Amino acid sequence: MKITVASGKGGTGKTTIAVNLAMSLENSMLIDCDVEGPNSHIFFKEPMVKLKDVSIPAPKFDLDTCTLCGKCADFCQYNAISIVGEKLLFFDELCHGCGGCKIICPVDAITEVEHIVGVIEKGGTADLPVYHGLLNISEPFGVPIINELKQFADDKKTTIFDSPPGTACPAVETMRDVDFCILVTEPTPFGLHDLTLTVDVIREIGTPFGVVVNRDGIGDDRVDRYCEKENIPLLAKISNDLEIARLYSNGIPMVKGLPKYRELFEEVFDKIKEMI
Amino acid sequence: MKIAITAKGIGMDSEIDPRFGRCGYFVIIDTETMESESIVNGSAMASGGAGPQAAQAISKIGAKVIITGNVGPNAHQTLEAAGIEIITGSKGTVSEMVERYKKGELSSSDSPTVGSHAGMNK
Repeated sequence: MKITVASGKGGTGKTTIAVNLAMSLENSMLIDCDVEGPNSHIFFKEPMVKLKDVSIPAPKFDLDTCTLCGKCADFCQYNAISIVGEKLLFFDELCHGCGGCKIICPVDAITEVEHIVGVIEKGGTADLPVYHGLLNISEPFGVPIINELKQFADDKKTTIFDSPPGTACPAVETMRDVDFCILVTEPTPFGLHDLTLTVDVIREIGTPFGVVVNRDGIGDDRVDRYCEKENIPLLAKISNDLEIARLYSNGIPMVKGLPKYRELFEEVFDKIKEMI
Repeated sequence: MKIAITAKGIGMDSEIDPRFGRCGYFVIIDTETMESESIVNGSAMASGGAGPQAAQAISKIGAKVIITGNVGPNAHQTLEAAGIEIITGSKGTVSEMVERYKKGELSSSDSPTVGSHAGMNK
């Protein structure tokens, strides 16, 4: 089974929920897809070790063959290719590596070279392996790394994906092709606002989902009312417990220090199993 | 000769738009006949690469000069490759800038005047 932990707003506790859920389950693994700033691994003592580079295909232009017809530049949705006068310009930082220019070129003037955008690392334990990706600094687009990370999901295990924040491509990629999505929010106006954006996106994607309210007790009850009105299952509320923060600041996940939370996460998992 | 000026609206009385790739409109002026035409900048809402795309568009129109506020690195490179003279630092209305251009008061810029993505947040 594959479960993604996502949220529109940053800092609501995606990583907290993902790590603690993974630690509460038998036979699970954790894949941190926040390739611009993965931090699930900090709750594990084991170091992260590089598994592989991730690259995207970048076009290389044979200017002797190129007729400057401009079809590649017209095709490129990211405006990475410009043809002006008698010149072809390629802006590599705009290229998403989709490969479309090579396909569209009528004279086969484009070949592809591998352009490394980041790495995948593995850590954690034999019982609970942890994978994450790291996008190289200055690279604009993490989705190719997320795509490769998703390939590491083991069908024999319950895989928990920790999503990047927001509702843009990297978050969408992490919320797709999974069995269930947990949306983490906090009971504040900001939390609710970004939750509604994420709900709009995930309904479009079609992944079944439910909400976990983190830091319950701050803010107000508008998240509850919204979930009720929209018929969104509320999976759990985690209280704004000082003890959780104290453990967290020592790098100890709540389920390790406070057994009652392990039960809470097991219940969340049972609810998810009933829903899918 | 055709010149292009970045504008916030249509017509000669429109205010200059200081952005190049993400300007609202291009006013294209034929300096011999003073005929003008305003075209919507199709690149204004591009997710990325607005500058090079806008530079290609005005190159296709046949403009030999661009008069604008600021030009970023990718746009500058594309305009230069297209052989378009780049005049930056413009203010006021389109017609004022045309007059100043015709009097020879404007000089061209040989390097980008802003960094990448400068036009994104306006």
